[in-house]
Amino acid sequence: MNQKTKIESSHELRAASCKSLVNETANCDWKLHAFKYAKFIVFAVVFFLSTFTLSAQQQRFPKPEFDTGYEQPSPITPEPRALALEYFDVLVLLLVLSAATWMALKSRSRQGLIWLSIFTLAYFGFYRNGCICSIGSIQNVTLTFFDPTYAISLTALLFFVLPLLFTLFFGRTFCAGACPLGAIQDLIVIKPISLPKWLNKTLGLIPYLYLSLAVLFAATGTDFIICRYDPFVGIFRMDAKLLMAILGISFLLMGMFVARPYCRFLCPYSVPLSWMSRFSKWHLTITPSTCIQCKLCANSCPFDAIDYPTNEKEVVKSGLGPKRFLTYVLVIPLWVALGVFVGNRSHVFLSKANSTVYLAELLISHPEVRNDPDNIDVQTFMSLGKTMDELVVEAEKIQDKFYLGSMIAGGFMGLVIGMTLLNTVVFRKRQDYEPHKGNCFSCARCVDYCPVEK
Amino acid sequence: MRFSLLLSLGTVSAAALRKVTTDDYVWQIDPFKCTQCGRCATECVMSPSAVKCVHAFDLCGYCDLCGGYLKPDANARSTAAENQLCPTAAIERRFIEEPYFEYHIDEDLCIGCAKCVAGCTSFGNGSLHLQIIHDICLNCNECSIARVCPSDAISRVPASEAYKVKGSWTNPT
Repeated sequence: MNQKTKIESSHELRAASCKSLVNETANCDWKLHAFKYAKFIVFAVVFFLSTFTLSAQQQRFPKPEFDTGYEQPSPITPEPRALALEYFDVLVLLLVLSAATWMALKSRSRQGLIWLSIFTLAYFGFYRNGCICSIGSIQNVTLTFFDPTYAISLTALLFFVLPLLFTLFFGRTFCAGACPLGAIQDLIVIKPISLPKWLNKTLGLIPYLYLSLAVLFAATGTDFIICRYDPFVGIFRMDAKLLMAILGISFLLMGMFVARPYCRFLCPYSVPLSWMSRFSKWHLTITPSTCIQCKLCANSCPFDAIDYPTNEKEVVKSGLGPKRFLTYVLVIPLWVALGVFVGNRSHVFLSKANSTVYLAELLISHPEVRNDPDNIDVQTFMSLGKTMDELVVEAEKIQDKFYLGSMIAGGFMGLVIGMTLLNTVVFRKRQDYEPHKGNCFSCARCVDYCPVEK
Repeated sequence: MRFSLLLSLGTVSAAALRKVTTDDYVWQIDPFKCTQCGRCATECVMSPSAVKCVHAFDLCGYCDLCGGYLKPDANARSTAAENQLCPTAAIERRFIEEPYFEYHIDEDLCIGCAKCVAGCTSFGNGSLHLQIIHDICLNCNECSIARVCPSDAISRVPASEAYKVKGSWTNPT
C-alpha cells in the first residue's frame, strides 16, 4: 500500500513537472509574440495539454519499434479442464452409484462397498480435490433460482439430481459408496460408540439448520458456507488454512469413535437424502430371508440406525400415547411461531455475513475507519467513487432479503423441531430388527453380521 | 408420498433446467476492476496462489526504467535484488535491443501479490496484470478470493472464454 502511494505520488510529481514545462514554453512564446496571438497560444496550449492527457489515457509509453525485427511473444494462457472431463465425472458418479446400489441391494457385499469407497475417496476426493460434490451443489441450485445472472452448469445439476433420484428408488446408496466425504469417514471407523437416543435426535436437527442457513446465504448471494466449512476438502487438497486443518483432523479423530459425525450431525444434503430414502421403493434389508432376532446386526451398526422390534404391550399399558400426540400436534404452530420470531430477531445479525451490508454498517457505526489506510475494503470503496447512499441502498436491499429469508428459515426450523417431537410419540409396529430408512447409509455392515443364510 | 417427492424433485430440476448451460464456469479476474489489494496472494486455497501475473507484451513499452520491475524508491539505478519490486524475484528482465527490455514472469515463483501490477498500472502502461491460471486453479465452487475481493473483480466466466487478458489496448468504456 505504502509503495503504491509512493509510486502514485512520484507519478503526480512527474505530471506536475511536465505541466510546468509546458507553461514555461508558453510563457516564452508569449514574450516573443504580440498580444493578439494570445488567443491562439492559449488554444495551442490547451490543445497540446489535451492531446498529452489523451495519449496518457491510452498508452503512457509508446509501443516499441524493433530494428532487429524482434517479434513480441504473446502471454501464455493454459486452458481450463476440458468440458469432456467434467461430463466424464458425471459418468463416473453414475457408475459408482449403480455399483453401490448393486452391492448394497443385490450382491449384499460389504467388501465390495469398502473397495468402492476407496475408489470414490481416491477419485472424487484426492484426484478431483472434493470439488464438485453433490453436497455443495445445493447452493448452485439455490443460486440459479435467486440470481438472474447465474445459470447452473449441467454437471452441477446432474450432481445434485442423480443421487437424490437413486435414493428415491434404492435408499441412501450414495452415502454408502459414492460420496467422498462419507467414504473418508466410513473407512476410519475403529471403535464406534452408541449414542443415547435423545442425543442422536437432537444432534440430528443440526443438518436442517445448516441446510436452511446454507440456502439463505446462497440465495442472498452472500456465501457458500457448505463449501467454505467443508472439513475434509482441506485434507483432499493436502492444503488448508490452519483452522480448517484442525477442524478436519478433529472430525477424523472424532470419527474413529462417533462414526460418520459429519454425515449424521452436519451434512445438509442428508436432509433431502433422508426424506427420499424414507419413501424409497427398495431398500437394503438386513437379512436375506427371515429374521431370527439374534440382535447381532444392531450391535454391528455404528450409526445407531437399526430399529428394535417394538413391544406393543408396554405402550398400551402406559396409555400416554394419544394424549401426548395431541399435545405435540397442538404445539407445532407454537414452534413455527417461535422459529419465525427467532428468525426475525436474528436477521440483522445474519446479514452481517454479507460483505456489502458489513461494509455499510462499518462505515456508519465507525466513520473513523475512513482514515485507516490498512482497511483494504474501506479504502477500495472510497477509491471506486461510489457514494455512501448507493452503498446503503444496496445494503438495505440485501438486508430485506435476509429479513424475509431468515423468517422463512426460522419457521422451517420450528416445523422441523415440532415434527421431530411428534415423531417420538408415534408408535410404529415392528416385529424384526429393521434399518431406519432415513438414517441408514446402506453401508452393509449389518448384512455381514447377519447369520441367516440365503 | 414417493410420487410427490419424485414430482417435487422433477419440478426443481425442470426449473433449474430452464436456466441450465452446457458450458462450464471458471473464475477470472477483470484486470480493469482489479485494485491490486494483494488479497489474491493470501486468500486462495492454493499456496502459492493460482493467481499469477500475466504480461500483455503488446501493451508493454519495453522500458529500461520499469515501474513494475524496479522499486520507486530504489537506492541506485541498478537491477540489484534490493531494487526489485517483486518479493520473490519472479520477473525476469531480458535485453532485446537498445533501449528495449522485455519482462517475463516466472509462474513458478509468482505468488500473485500484485505489487508489480500496482507499479505498472500507476507508473507504466498497465501491461502487467493478474489472471487466474487455469491449469493451477482448482475451480472451487465458490472462489475464496472472490468472496473477499474488495472491488468485485472476480466473477464466473464461461470456460470457453476463460481469460481476460489485456492486450492491443482495449479500453473499457
